[in-house]
Amino acid sequence: MEIILSVILIFMILGAIFALHAKDLLSALVSMGIVGYGLVICFLLLKAPDLAIVQIVVETITLIIMVAIVLDSTRHELKEKAAIRHDGQSFMNTRLVGNIFIAVFLGLVLFYSFRLASAHLTEFGEHGLRMAGAYMEGAAGKTGSVNLVTGVLFDFRGYDTLGEATILFTAVVGVLTVLRLKGKHS
Amino acid sequence: MTLYLLCFLLFLVGLYGVLTRRNLIKIVIGLSFMEFSIFLLLVLIGYVKGGEAPILQPGMPATGFVDPLPQAMVLTAIVIGLATNAMLLAIAIRLYKKYGTFDIRKINQLKG
Repeated sequence: MEIILSVILIFMILGAIFALHAKDLLSALVSMGIVGYGLVICFLLLKAPDLAIVQIVVETITLIIMVAIVLDSTRHELKEKAAIRHDGQSFMNTRLVGNIFIAVFLGLVLFYSFRLASAHLTEFGEHGLRMAGAYMEGAAGKTGSVNLVTGVLFDFRGYDTLGEATILFTAVVGVLTVLRLKGKHS
Repeated sequence: MTLYLLCFLLFLVGLYGVLTRRNLIKIVIGLSFMEFSIFLLLVLIGYVKGGEAPILQPGMPATGFVDPLPQAMVLTAIVIGLATNAMLLAIAIRLYKKYGTFDIRKINQLKG
């Protein structure tokens, strides 16, 4: 179980690195799909079917939207990149030492904070249900739902879900506003 | 602990992408990698060895499940992640229409 999850996670990390370094935006998006759908498999292995369903829908929608955006622009973008490469190189060389120093320092700080944060986590698979006990006790009778995740989402924490719906509404309004604005020169 | 470390590595890859890439679309991709790693970490913490999916069945005792609380919270977080992604992409479309490129070095005439 742990080994399978580790292998999938390593593939996800490789896909992520490739997505960030791909020359073509379309192949970057396909590699982002590797990471997203790998996450779906991890959720299924971790016994979270609701999350897997939601993640597969969200990932597909995101990919479709991003491909639609990228298909307008890719060719243009490739030419731009080839032209910029030269001055980018000299800039890199002058600042190389400083950049390496900053990167190593930042990596050490982040790793130290990870050690601090994970010192109090339980080992994988040995989580105690201290908090969840109150929610699981007679949940079917209280909420009328056999799915505990649904019970928590729509009954115990219904206001959170209301807030989530508000955020979605705000995002839709924001997207419509941004896309329908008339610029000065456009 | 290996799995937590791998999650942290995925987060670092996303952070690296956000900090070093010059393409707006790739910055959005890096942000979603950071989101993914956090989702996976929360669900990993809630896993109980040998546990079942938290769905009750008649005549079955309510024990031996994985923790349903992180799953419910991550479900909310995934949907909010979709909303932020849509917002970021809308802004990227606007910038592309105005400047004709996704390169953030060329998008330098923003007025306050």
